[in-house]
Amino acid sequence: MPFGNTHNNFKLNYKVEEEFPDLSKHNNHMAKVLTKELYGKLRDKQTPSGYTLDDVIQTGVDNPGHPFIMTVGCVAGDEESYTVFKDLLDPVISDRHGGYKPDDKHKTDMNFENLKGGDDLDPNYVLSSRVRTGRSIKGFTLPPHNSRGERRIIERLSVEALTSLDGEFKGKYYPLKSMTDAEQEQLIADHFLFDKPVSPLLTCAGMARDWPDARGIWHNDNKTFLVWVNEEDHLRVISMQKGGNMREVFRRFCVGLTKIEEIFKKHNHGFMWNEHLGYILTCPSNLGTGLRGGVHVKLPKLSTHPKFEEILTRLRLQKRGTGGVDTASVGGVFDISNADRLGSSEVEQVQMVVDGVKLMVEMEKKLEKGEAIDSMIPAQK
Amino acid sequence: MPFGNTHNEWKLKYSAEDEYPDLSKHNNHMAKVLTQDMYARLRDKQTPSGFTLDDVIQTGVDNPGHPFIMTVGCVAGDEETYEVFKELLDPVIEDRHGGYKPSDKHKTDLNAGNLQGGDDLDPAYVLSSRVRTGRSVRGFALPPHCSRGERRGIEKLSIEALDSLSGDLKGKYYALKNMTEEEQQQLIDDHFLFDKPVSPLLLASGMARDWPDARGIWHNNNKTFLVWVNEEDHLRVISMQKGGNMKEVFNRFCTGLTKIESLFKERGHDFMWNEHLGYVLTCPSNLGTGLRAGVHVKLPNMSKQPQFEEVLKRLRLQKRGTGGVDTAAVGGVFDISNADRLGFSEVELVQMVVDGIKLLIEMEKRLEKGQSIDDLMPSQK
Repeated sequence: MPFGNTHNNFKLNYKVEEEFPDLSKHNNHMAKVLTKELYGKLRDKQTPSGYTLDDVIQTGVDNPGHPFIMTVGCVAGDEESYTVFKDLLDPVISDRHGGYKPDDKHKTDMNFENLKGGDDLDPNYVLSSRVRTGRSIKGFTLPPHNSRGERRIIERLSVEALTSLDGEFKGKYYPLKSMTDAEQEQLIADHFLFDKPVSPLLTCAGMARDWPDARGIWHNDNKTFLVWVNEEDHLRVISMQKGGNMREVFRRFCVGLTKIEEIFKKHNHGFMWNEHLGYILTCPSNLGTGLRGGVHVKLPKLSTHPKFEEILTRLRLQKRGTGGVDTASVGGVFDISNADRLGSSEVEQVQMVVDGVKLMVEMEKKLEKGEAIDSMIPAQK
Repeated sequence: MPFGNTHNEWKLKYSAEDEYPDLSKHNNHMAKVLTQDMYARLRDKQTPSGFTLDDVIQTGVDNPGHPFIMTVGCVAGDEETYEVFKELLDPVIEDRHGGYKPSDKHKTDLNAGNLQGGDDLDPAYVLSSRVRTGRSVRGFALPPHCSRGERRGIEKLSIEALDSLSGDLKGKYYALKNMTEEEQQQLIDDHFLFDKPVSPLLLASGMARDWPDARGIWHNNNKTFLVWVNEEDHLRVISMQKGGNMKEVFNRFCTGLTKIESLFKERGHDFMWNEHLGYVLTCPSNLGTGLRAGVHVKLPNMSKQPQFEEVLKRLRLQKRGTGGVDTAAVGGVFDISNADRLGFSEVELVQMVVDGIKLLIEMEKRLEKGQSIDDLMPSQK
């Protein structure tokens, strides 16, 4: 791999136009921003751990994108990437996060009591509720860049923190590399198991190196709180359950995450966070809250209504199939979640999901009775 | 990506034990050789262009191998890799190349006139004949490590050299990134087109970066001489034709290769070569001649004989299916080629193929008549 600074210095023997990638067929955020001049300006820089511009952009060079889906096309290798390469990443962040400016401040609110309602989404329509986010541990480089030693220590710290949880959070860690067949079957049946990334968006960024070393899954005995270790981020934290009690899901999410953060802090490893970007994660698309709060909801009539997309846009929600991103919906069941990550707090984002889904279920009921929904169309949030 | 020296120095904060890969489930040449102690001794080293130990071994860490197929599990990033990491690579080379010692000398012989016979392999059995090798251009890093600027430099030099070929070798270059639909279809029909690597063995070592930038295919108008630019090596050179005239295939191979080498030299660029390792290529398995000479040959009876494997072994030949490595034979047709690369010259290896195929066909003819082949069994070459 050519991305460390000695080879970076070697590459400086070649002119900018010789090294500048051909982005003529590309359609991702990085390609929209990275001009030859910008490349020339940033190419001799590196973060303290040695992450370079070519490291940041490799995934976007290797994956031109799709005419309809705008991928990000760049990743961070460590906390400092967002500062050293801000000339590239600030415009990418602004474009991806609705005009978020370099001097904007992001608010974090993990106080679940600030959520209004959310405990009564109609279970005839809302099949399940889920909230996920990611967290990075300060002092370590991120999954595109980290070494086996770093990854293993992240795993060790995570396992220590998680196994000290009790009550509703008491649980167990399953390292990928020593899982039994029976354990693997169970985790698949529970929809918990994550596998080695196959998406070239991730593999080209180097996140699958040394698989499955130091990767694993922790979940509580109740199977409602789940942590992935060393997949696309240091930690991915998921709270989920059947039915429409998003309030309870969010409560558990906030309480669990706060507990975990305290334990990490005690060992002098806070989470990466700053007041401009909120929680720092590998992909610029997950900055801020890193939060995706969503439900699987039956909307067979509303989803075929001509205004469906418009309603989602106004509610600041997005739809996915029930297999997750890039899948199709099955039987009129959609995964509906918040579209935003940065510039609004956790509580605000989950509130948008709760309020928005409530409204859409009401619309669905109206359409079932053959009634119009025009008066219910919301204003742009 | 974490492999440059700044991050390499960062990694030195972690103990060798923390950084040493878990090779307990691995079965490749690298894993057989790399102990934790050796890892500790080599981990702070780097080549002048910044290739480190973790760069060398990443593909072998990510691809544990197969119980029956022994992969190499390590690659070179530049010519100096074989020096700086000789403590690892010498034993790998020795194990892979039949006991080849660090002090051994390799002979190069591209004088096609030294081949005896080979122009009369029975075309009723031998469907096609082919010779391939690789070449690396001195002064550039190799495909796992090279930058876009380096790769483009190699492409430019290659096109200049190849465009100046004449007579039987006159041809045209097709850059992968701006091939027309018709050109692409024709190249597929001719069995010339190479595609972005999908093998994890290659992907994990970084050879597919920036695809398809600076990759292309050149072939002569007669479609009997073909050069791949910037695939797994800087250059892959192939001579091929239908039928059993291996002598002609080898003549063209030697003539073409020698011409190309002198054209590169005229432009100030030698091929990487030394008297110990012969031609230096990306994969240690291709050192020496880098040569695989083979035929597609019909051996439906012989291949069912219990002694088939033993005969091949004694003749220093290997079999593959007609789709190439790791494919199955179809209709009793096998790809039979030399097993060796290093420690024998080009002429010697092609001679082994020519003589061995002649014998195998004799055996096939005997078996067709229901006769014994015992008196034809060769001794170990």
